[in-house]
Amino acid sequence: MAQKTVVYPYIPNSVPQVKAQMLRELGAESMEEFYADIPQELRLQRPLDLPPPLLSEYELRRHVQGLLNRNRTCQEYLNFLGAGCYQHDVPAVCDEVNARGEFLTAYAGEPYDDHGRFQALFEYTSMMGELLEMDVVNVPTYDGYQAAATALSMAARITGREEVLLPRAICPDKLSKIQDYLRPDLTIRLIDYDPRTGQLDREALRRALSPQTAAVYFENPSYLGYIECHGAEISALAHEQGALCVVGVDPITLGVLTPPAGYGADIVCGDIQPLGIHMQYGGGHGGFIATRDEERFVMEYPSRLFGIAPTCVPGEYGFGDVAYERTSFARREEGKEWVGTAAALWGITAGVYLALMGPQGMAEVGEGIMARARYAMMQLGRLPGVRVPLFQAPHFQEFTVNFDATGKTVAEINRALLQRGIFGGKDLSREFPELGQSALYCVTEVHTREDILRLVEALQEVLR
Amino acid sequence: MSEDITRHRYENGRPKLRRFHQARWDEPILFELSRPGQRAYLVPPVEEEIRAEVGDVLSTLPPAMRRPHPPALPELAQPQVVRHYFRLSQETLGTDLNIDVGQGTCTMKYSPKINEQFARSPKVTELHPLQDESTVQGILEIIYRLEQILKEISGMDRFTFQPRAGSAAIYTMASMIRAYHASRGEGEKRDEMITTIFSHPSDAACARTAGFKVITLYPDEDGYPDIEALRAAISERTAGLMITNPEDTGIFNPRIADFVRLVHQAGGLCAYDQANANGILGITRARDAGFDLCHFNLHKTFSSPHGCGGPGAGALGVTRELEPFLPLPLVAFDGRRYYLDYDRPQSIGKVAPWYGVVPVLVRAYAWVMSLGAAGLREVAEIAVLNNNYLMKKVLEIPGVRAPYARGKRRIEQVRYSWEDLYRETGVHSEEIGLRAADFGVHYWTSHHPWIVPEPCTLEPTESYSKEELEEYAAILAHVAQEARENPEVVKTAPHNSTIHRIDHAPLDDPARWAMTWRAYRRKVGGGG
Amino acid sequence: MERKRLGLIVNPVAGLGGRVGLKGSDGEEVQRRARELGAIPLAGQRAAQALEPIPSEAVELLTYPGEMGEEVARARGFQPQVLGSIEPGRTTAADTRRAAQEMRREGVDLLLFAGGDGTARDIYDAVGDTLPVLGIPAGVKIHSAAFGTNPRSSGELALLFLQGRTGLGEAEVMDIDEEALRRGIVSARLYGYLRIPIHPRLAQSLKVPSSPGEGEAMRAIAADVVEGMEEGTLYILGPGTTTRAIAERLGLPKTLIGVDVVRDRRMVALDVNEAQLLSLLEGERARIVVTPIGGQGYILGRGNQQLSPAVLRRVGKENLLVVSTPRKIQSLGGRPLLVDTGDPELDRSLSGYIQVIAGFRERIVYRVSS
Repeated sequence: MAQKTVVYPYIPNSVPQVKAQMLRELGAESMEEFYADIPQELRLQRPLDLPPPLLSEYELRRHVQGLLNRNRTCQEYLNFLGAGCYQHDVPAVCDEVNARGEFLTAYAGEPYDDHGRFQALFEYTSMMGELLEMDVVNVPTYDGYQAAATALSMAARITGREEVLLPRAICPDKLSKIQDYLRPDLTIRLIDYDPRTGQLDREALRRALSPQTAAVYFENPSYLGYIECHGAEISALAHEQGALCVVGVDPITLGVLTPPAGYGADIVCGDIQPLGIHMQYGGGHGGFIATRDEERFVMEYPSRLFGIAPTCVPGEYGFGDVAYERTSFARREEGKEWVGTAAALWGITAGVYLALMGPQGMAEVGEGIMARARYAMMQLGRLPGVRVPLFQAPHFQEFTVNFDATGKTVAEINRALLQRGIFGGKDLSREFPELGQSALYCVTEVHTREDILRLVEALQEVLR
Repeated sequence: MSEDITRHRYENGRPKLRRFHQARWDEPILFELSRPGQRAYLVPPVEEEIRAEVGDVLSTLPPAMRRPHPPALPELAQPQVVRHYFRLSQETLGTDLNIDVGQGTCTMKYSPKINEQFARSPKVTELHPLQDESTVQGILEIIYRLEQILKEISGMDRFTFQPRAGSAAIYTMASMIRAYHASRGEGEKRDEMITTIFSHPSDAACARTAGFKVITLYPDEDGYPDIEALRAAISERTAGLMITNPEDTGIFNPRIADFVRLVHQAGGLCAYDQANANGILGITRARDAGFDLCHFNLHKTFSSPHGCGGPGAGALGVTRELEPFLPLPLVAFDGRRYYLDYDRPQSIGKVAPWYGVVPVLVRAYAWVMSLGAAGLREVAEIAVLNNNYLMKKVLEIPGVRAPYARGKRRIEQVRYSWEDLYRETGVHSEEIGLRAADFGVHYWTSHHPWIVPEPCTLEPTESYSKEELEEYAAILAHVAQEARENPEVVKTAPHNSTIHRIDHAPLDDPARWAMTWRAYRRKVGGGG
Repeated sequence: MERKRLGLIVNPVAGLGGRVGLKGSDGEEVQRRARELGAIPLAGQRAAQALEPIPSEAVELLTYPGEMGEEVARARGFQPQVLGSIEPGRTTAADTRRAAQEMRREGVDLLLFAGGDGTARDIYDAVGDTLPVLGIPAGVKIHSAAFGTNPRSSGELALLFLQGRTGLGEAEVMDIDEEALRRGIVSARLYGYLRIPIHPRLAQSLKVPSSPGEGEAMRAIAADVVEGMEEGTLYILGPGTTTRAIAERLGLPKTLIGVDVVRDRRMVALDVNEAQLLSLLEGERARIVVTPIGGQGYILGRGNQQLSPAVLRRVGKENLLVVSTPRKIQSLGGRPLLVDTGDPELDRSLSGYIQVIAGFRERIVYRVSS
């Protein structure tokens, strides 16, 4: 049976005459010769059993868009979920820049033919440097979990010690990643939080610190939404014992909150998703790690570090990897993790975001988020049986809402909210049973007063 | 009398090299463009009613936690931001622009534009990962279907997409191997991982990060992984083998199944780094060679664009026996609906937030669906045909060789050596690459360490036409000729690029290196 | 900006014998015969090739008169500072040594010398490892590792070092018995170590951060070996800088070109010969730690002949540990490691594949041949 040969739009040489001509020029009878090194026993003797192809763009579009159309988005539903992935407004220019084909499809060219990419990433690290008030920022790693795990590994390498102290009020998923990553060499101990204020229990920290401690890690805001106000004391305690202070921070807070460098942090890490990157079902993350510009820190980065350098033409800049000859610093012998494709395009996007926001924009968005969140807390607090927030501390965009006195579970409440077109806050009852039936609600600059009141109204109904 | 311009492109019937010049904007660093008071984007204002109730929310912060001054970010107007970044993008040589066969091992194939429309659809971008599963059936189904496709391509039983790129997947494989042996009480004993020097550097680096002692095999004289060396490396301490095949030399290891068998006999597991899968899709499968784990780079083989260095996605497939150790959750289907399966007690836990780099998964799915089995076969075959065609053209250039496997074909890429040209002219491979940039193409030498002297690694993929391959070879031929006749031009290249030769010395000097603009201003000072 | 100072010494008689079939060029007699046979000195030519990649305005060049460097320098467009004085056509090792010392006094940042093993020994005798040097290969088969791979790359490496773009490592100077060599016997002693610039990549690698320097690599190896040291076992440490790193980690001294013995983190004996080793080994468990010596990759038989067949048999080949930085393995260019104990049967039993300790918890499986 004569098979109609397909010429594939993505495969220029699939035109039969061209393929034949190339084979002839190579003196080959067929493609079989090229696979001669692959033994027959390893050859698949049948075509792959895959769905029939959608060769035309139109068929493909109908199929894929058809599947995607089954999704209900946070534009169609009112969303109050956070917990590590945040709904912020994404300025149009962010998407324009990361859709540029040149940025989208570049990879690892030289700092000559890809000069633009290097400059865009250098500007990203520079703007992050201003936000964090630190002089060294890496080219993005995969996500905030990796950034935290690597920051802790760096601290261990720098201090030569094997124990790290983490807060118990940490996202369990993040803890799981960190545990897997640090397993070979390091031990993790969890430090409790004050049940009233959420703040890290500094007495417990003092007791746990020892000459074995490589680092104390905490986050701002905490996973549970409150702001850790005693960073200076925590870092002082750590430094007294020769340990490093590592802080995980949400960058969008830094228009209004003191950056961790301001309260003694040695290594700062976090996720850039809130900076102009869509949620994408969890597909839009990038991790940053920042330190002071000291050789002992710089040498421990596994990520690439781009530096600015002059060219042979006066007044012209170029960029390149900061490649450093090892000195006689005593250091652990273990290798420095690895380098691979991570999240560069998101780094460029975050840079565009920060450039669009400027100092005023970052201050305004931070203050505006806090105002809306506070408003939401106040409104929700008026609902019978609802306690919000659980912790007596300032909050940024997320806060705990407790429903114990309503007699309803968070799961029930969220199901009912769903029917009313609302995604309620994350159910914390399994992750933090000591908090009872609590949920983690997130309010950002995308929530209008109307949105918040709609939530309150819906809850009012649901809790009746 | 009008002149036929097209004639200028040919000389004696052969195409001339293009008179390329890269965009050069001499664009300042963003901070230099800052002017006080400019705004590029206004944030939504807080309603009066909210303000009235909330008051001064910043006063809820203790003074030490209030940022005293806004961050020193640049202040620009919106058109300036757009202009600046678009200029930088013009100064970036993406695959969309150039005959990108010069970034060997990276599989720089065409990323179909239709897939961008899917990845950027609000039906993908505006989904929160914690949304109720009933609201995300579409995306869960796509992930599930992609898994079924990769299972068939690889022969494996279950996939996760949680690792956020290739090396992350390789690390996850090492972590799973660790968990597997620990579950059998052999975690302490089995602490050695074997790899080869031509495998991707991450195979060694990730194994080491996972706590293994790494044993690296050097190749035999013909460039193949050496099975006798493997025998010398195997012991009762062997946890596994992590190997890339075909290796970065473009050579398929014909004894790969023997390698796997030897490691299995010793009680180890075998992990297949399939970064170089592009030439063997539908030809041979990981499972059939006996592998227990394998991974794919969805941003290489499966067409998702490289994004200047990410985001990518790593798809990790395993046999049923290893399924319990996969990171959680997995996407599952119960016959009626798709859901996230967290009920996995032996899972290694999480290696990253959420479930995968979703926009990349969507593109990969769409790409495979547009091709089907016959199309994937064509991808592999044309990638191999293109590679061997380019090799023939390149080897016609005096001064270059393709070491190892003498006289044999290659799979999807070739590692060449310009050692002969170097001995003759003193011109290095890297310099050839910089001069090639003057004709609008990328060029890459090799991973470190350089086993092949004066290396050059080219990987055409299936995306380039015969003429484009010929153009690339013609560029190299031209540069090689210049190396003989006018080496200064090559040694001081690039000349037609965005900038001129960089002085790298400051980048190695702690007193002068600067990874941010603020560090640069502090150490070196600048205008503006 | 201050220009760096580059010293250049050409040994006019180096390599004189090779082209006309004489092994080595030591001694006036051999030199005379070589010239009679029409030999043309290679070293000048090679030095010229080495200077090619160095722009004359980039460095201040210091050299010795006439055929010991000045000729070559001027021909390449340099305006050298010429030190000392010589008797043209009758230069000796003493001139080489004097030149090196004078250049050290003048504070050169790097000393380039064109010659062979003999010239390397002269440089070592004169200045040891007190200043960075690099050999331009111009002799007959060279056994010392203190040379660039070829004249041009020696020049490139020199320039990179002066630009601050690469660091220093140690390279063996070998003492070849030239008389024995002329009779077809290779007998090499480890003479000393010179400090030379190490081969970096030529430009930035953009996919991975820079690989560790040799010093760090050796410390990693040392950490691995020390961690694995068994109580009560004698550890016989062969010559070399990598084995010295092991001693350093234990806080012990090390005879750089000799064999030392340690046990339980304490020194047992320094710079032992075969007889002393055999006596120490009576009824003891022991392991031998060796590293490739010289540019050819010999792990036994060049520079560590104290580890005789008798010693090796007593210790047992399963107790032979080979340590080497990855860079040193890579510099073999695919050629196997070599053994030449003098006992062919022993050599054969040592051939095959070994696991080289190449870092902390890092091994390289590599071929050994005889």
